[in-house]
Amino acid sequence: MTTRATSIGWGVTGVLAVVVAWELYKYLGPAEGVTVGDTGDAGSGQIILPRTHDRAMPHVWSMIVRLFEPTSGGDSPALIVSVAAAAAVTLGIAVVGWLIGVLVGFGLSLVMQRWRLLEWGLLPWIVVSQTVPLIALAPVINAIGNQIDRSGTPWPQWLSVAVIASYLAFFPVAVGALRGLQSPDRIHLDLMRTYGSGYWPTLVRLRLPAAVPHLLPALRLAAANAVLGVVVAEVSIGMRGGLGRMLIQLAGQGSSDPAAPWGPIFGAVVLGLIAAGSVALIGVGLKDYRRGEATS
Amino acid sequence: MTSALPAAVKATGVDKVFTGSRGEVTALAGVDLEVAAGEFVSLIGPSGCGKSTLLRLIADLETSTGGTLEIFGKSASQARQDQDYGIAFQQAGLLPWRTVRDNIGLPLQLHGQDKRTRAARVDELTALVGLDEFVDHHPDQLSGGMQQRVAIARALASQPRLLLMDEPFGALDEMTREYLQSELTRIAAETQAAVVFVTHSIPEAVFLSDRVVVMSPRPGRITDIIDVSLAGERDEALRESPAYFERVTAVREALHGTHVDRPNER
Repeated sequence: MTTRATSIGWGVTGVLAVVVAWELYKYLGPAEGVTVGDTGDAGSGQIILPRTHDRAMPHVWSMIVRLFEPTSGGDSPALIVSVAAAAAVTLGIAVVGWLIGVLVGFGLSLVMQRWRLLEWGLLPWIVVSQTVPLIALAPVINAIGNQIDRSGTPWPQWLSVAVIASYLAFFPVAVGALRGLQSPDRIHLDLMRTYGSGYWPTLVRLRLPAAVPHLLPALRLAAANAVLGVVVAEVSIGMRGGLGRMLIQLAGQGSSDPAAPWGPIFGAVVLGLIAAGSVALIGVGLKDYRRGEATS
Repeated sequence: MTSALPAAVKATGVDKVFTGSRGEVTALAGVDLEVAAGEFVSLIGPSGCGKSTLLRLIADLETSTGGTLEIFGKSASQARQDQDYGIAFQQAGLLPWRTVRDNIGLPLQLHGQDKRTRAARVDELTALVGLDEFVDHHPDQLSGGMQQRVAIARALASQPRLLLMDEPFGALDEMTREYLQSELTRIAAETQAAVVFVTHSIPEAVFLSDRVVVMSPRPGRITDIIDVSLAGERDEALRESPAYFERVTAVREALHGTHVDRPNER
């Protein structure tokens, strides 16, 4: 229990440290930042220290106060309410993207473990796939979705977003699950052979349980990636209703309302924590399979 | 040894050549060995003499490249599929996520035995190896010696007529080792199983075995077979008896005989 309290203590300290660093720099740094090689023309030179005035760096407390003010003036609901609604939309899509990513990634890891040749053929492509910028990929997937939609099969826009998010989510699962499925010791594989057990019993009784300690961190990474993917994809294909679009809109009004974009940013952070935390709950149910793990 | 049963192991002119990137390595050359049903035979020799390879051939974990190998009159592959043998290695090799009960029951579960039959058999086995109180523990809660006892119980689960053991006590301290040696002779006598036991230790081989097979390396072959034939029960008194020391000396001399022309090897 004391170790738990200690870790919570350190977590809070970490967050406070970021707040203190932000406010400290804002207090000490020059209002217009530091620019090197400024020729006097607008936009010339390299900014090496950011500006600290209130439009560039609002106070942390103004960000928090802003959360409880109307979203866009007048009678509109408080910013935090709008953020929560948008976050719910984003989270729903992220869950779908996570599920698609986990299924695809896990399927890939199974065939790569089964056939060494497929591992050699597929793994390099799986790694390369993550170097393709999501921004470039998103419109392509959206266009394909629209084609499918036009040809009669309904393809809602959110599904494109989910597919794009799954593109980020499948990677850690494919790599992590493959390592996990390959993790049993020689002695265990020998034993299974002496029991005359074939591929499926060995998979179910040995490889899958042995993969759990590798799989859980992979699923957690996939969850965080799915949230990130949904936010980026929403921006990239212009889907309304989610956090991504809200972030872009509020950032556009940033010079007049600098604290507002921090609402959806906090929302995205909270979503990431919820996503990673939910996966941690899966780990609780599988704790017997994590014996021998050094740390969680 | 005069029983009508076919020999537990019958190897005739068995060769094993490993083909690797650096060419061929002859691990075993012309090995002839017969182990009768119920007999306890140890394989002893320096590192690289092929004793583990011979055990793995019997277990059908490797395939011989020459000669014939019969287990109870069947091919090694058939014997493996029929679960004619149980096996234990130097590491216990327990599955860390399974309790002692489920580890011992694993081979039975894989062969489709229902839960109740399994539980009854596991109870017998934990009693046999003296681990009744620990059935619901996980391997990480057990000492090395206890883990090895679980591994032996698991090897016995399918009631095999042949037990293959590859230095099962090699990683244990001397006290635990001697204790488990006594336990093993008792278990082997109770189960009437033949045992092929690979070891580095001369006293261990003499204490346990009916016969000690002495092997030498490059290529791995059998150089001597020593009949231990120590009558009576194998208890702690045996370790002090002159007959025991006599056999230890005999095995040591047989091992050294293979060393004279190869002084650079231990």
